[in-house]
Amino acid sequence: MPYLLSLPSWLYLTVFFVVPLVAMLSMSLATGNPLVGYVFSWHFVEFARAVDHYWVQLVRSFWYGTLSTFLTLVLTYPVAYWIAFHGGRHKGTFLFLILLPFFVSFVIRTLAWQFLLSDQGLILGSLKSWGVLPEKTYLLSTSTAVIGGLVYNSVAYYVLPLYVALEKVDRRVVRAAGDLYASPAQAFWRVVLPLSAPGIFAGFLLVFVTNVGDFVNAALLGGPGTRMVGNIIQYNFFDAQDYPMAATLSSVLMFLLIVAIYLYARVFGTESIQEYAT
Amino acid sequence: MSDQKKSNGMWRIDDPALLRGLTQARVSRRGFLEASALGLGAMALPSAAFASDMMAKPAKLDATWQAWWEKQKPTKDLVFANWPYYIDTDDKTGKHASLDKFTKDTGIKIKYLEVIQDNASYYAKIAPVLKAGQSIGNDIIVITNTWQLTELIMQKFLTPLWQEKLPNFFKNASPSVISPAYDKGNKYTITWQSGLTGIAYNPKLTGREITSFDDLWDPKFAGHVGMMSDLTELGSAALLKLGIKPVTSTSDDWKKAAAILDEQKKKNIVRQYYDQSYIKALENGDTWISQAWSGDIFQAHSKGFNDLKFIVPKEGAMIWHDNMMIPKGAANPLSALTWMNYYYTPETAGLIEDYDNYICPVPAAQDYILKVLKDPDVGNSPLVFPTKEMYAKVNDYYVFTSYENYQAWSNTFSPIVQG
Repeated sequence: MPYLLSLPSWLYLTVFFVVPLVAMLSMSLATGNPLVGYVFSWHFVEFARAVDHYWVQLVRSFWYGTLSTFLTLVLTYPVAYWIAFHGGRHKGTFLFLILLPFFVSFVIRTLAWQFLLSDQGLILGSLKSWGVLPEKTYLLSTSTAVIGGLVYNSVAYYVLPLYVALEKVDRRVVRAAGDLYASPAQAFWRVVLPLSAPGIFAGFLLVFVTNVGDFVNAALLGGPGTRMVGNIIQYNFFDAQDYPMAATLSSVLMFLLIVAIYLYARVFGTESIQEYAT
Repeated sequence: MSDQKKSNGMWRIDDPALLRGLTQARVSRRGFLEASALGLGAMALPSAAFASDMMAKPAKLDATWQAWWEKQKPTKDLVFANWPYYIDTDDKTGKHASLDKFTKDTGIKIKYLEVIQDNASYYAKIAPVLKAGQSIGNDIIVITNTWQLTELIMQKFLTPLWQEKLPNFFKNASPSVISPAYDKGNKYTITWQSGLTGIAYNPKLTGREITSFDDLWDPKFAGHVGMMSDLTELGSAALLKLGIKPVTSTSDDWKKAAAILDEQKKKNIVRQYYDQSYIKALENGDTWISQAWSGDIFQAHSKGFNDLKFIVPKEGAMIWHDNMMIPKGAANPLSALTWMNYYYTPETAGLIEDYDNYICPVPAAQDYILKVLKDPDVGNSPLVFPTKEMYAKVNDYYVFTSYENYQAWSNTFSPIVQG
């Protein structure tokens, strides 16, 4: 029975995905408090309350997520392109160098940014002493720092799928474009870019989903008015001990992400991209 | 109070305590306790006269618990869960002299664990176990007088103390830790250490001395004022600024406090609502003036940030207490009582205080530190042994009466931090 081979996967999914998911969904519909306990009660009002209370942070999370993912793409595409097309026999080394910082825990790396970006730190301090920036300027505790941190932390997750897609591009096709009098720019826009679309798509999903739910960057680099929905969930779980609200917000976030991904796939779906490419 | 610490082992990225910053370091800060540096010089009066103002006596247990305690058999073990850097530790050997002495005197072996990193996440960890009626494996835990402590009491997760076995507490405890508002009659808890929440600032950056909570609202410091993300600390600071005593405040007062905090935020005066990381922002110069825990400023001095100053504002400061208590299901409750009683001697408290340097709950330890340990820096510090004048300026936190009451406070102040 070949189906039996899938049994471990089913078991794994049930124990570590389905059970927690059901627990979360049922908690989001429960009423009560930590002292008296919780009763499941189809308490759908909690969803309205969650959106009503925290729509600002939800919108902010999606905005930060979209912007940071897009910036990561713009930043990493040239790098992946260069390694795939001009890396020669050192491709592996270059990739390794890009991944190297990511062997350090990302909390530590993000904390390092606190130090680098501090008002009189290495970056701002120097720029201020050269008179490039006015004395009052600061970066830490702003949305710029949060988005910057999100971009920084997603580089590896975008470079890899882009590299794989670009590496797979048939060089003969690129050469054929040249033979047919396409300029290098035309060959890139009309041949290479469409052929690398699966990498762009895969990387976007990977980075976007992670960044929308992120709360470390906002906690460590943000300030007033930069909290994301992940911070709100954490606050409700640990500090406010409002478990139904934490569960509801998690459910809302998951639901919105699924809708966003569905729409994204419909518009830039893999199929249509591949059709365009062929 | 509350919030962060660093774990004694691995950096775990899913560790919420770590994610919210670093630790609320209960760190030794030997030799940085000069009264003058604290703006408290005028207050450095002898505190000995204050010690015997009030006499408390052991209270009787109810019959059920009396019978329960009498049934317990003495054991030779004790598991003590505390916060990191919170007990006398030898720099070289890592040994704790106070604990070793206890083992020698009583024959009870102590397993000392530095596992508590912040009140909220520690509570989240132990509550399900205690709720299920199981043992968390610790005989003594140390919790700050926060909502979580109130919750432990309300949930009946704690063993009432057999006060007859704590004569040293009633003989030696400072009046400030006897029958506190959050645990009337010391039914469940006795204090391990206390500390102050006031204001820290860098005079070089502020350009003037700081005396008041009003300075935290000064538009001149816009973008460089640090406030705490802990809602109890944040709200209490605003209440003090308004001249309202937090411990007797009402929900109307909270709204007024939230309004001035909101105004402070809207005018872009606040740089950030910090967890433990506020101290790094002060050290880096990102903030010039900030709400602060007294202990951290000494730690900053030892790292070379000598410009930073800590003051008790003229409106007053908040005083918090970290308390020892016995969770239900403890395997060695009698050993736990023995240690608690042993701690409240000038010798043991002095030994630990000489390392900890927070506020000592045993005033008589001052003499021990001065005469036996010969450490005048700690012994003469008004921050370790506050004077009567200083005690007059410290305020207790509001004690929540129910979850709804706690939620009302949270809902009043959380939009400021989370918005």
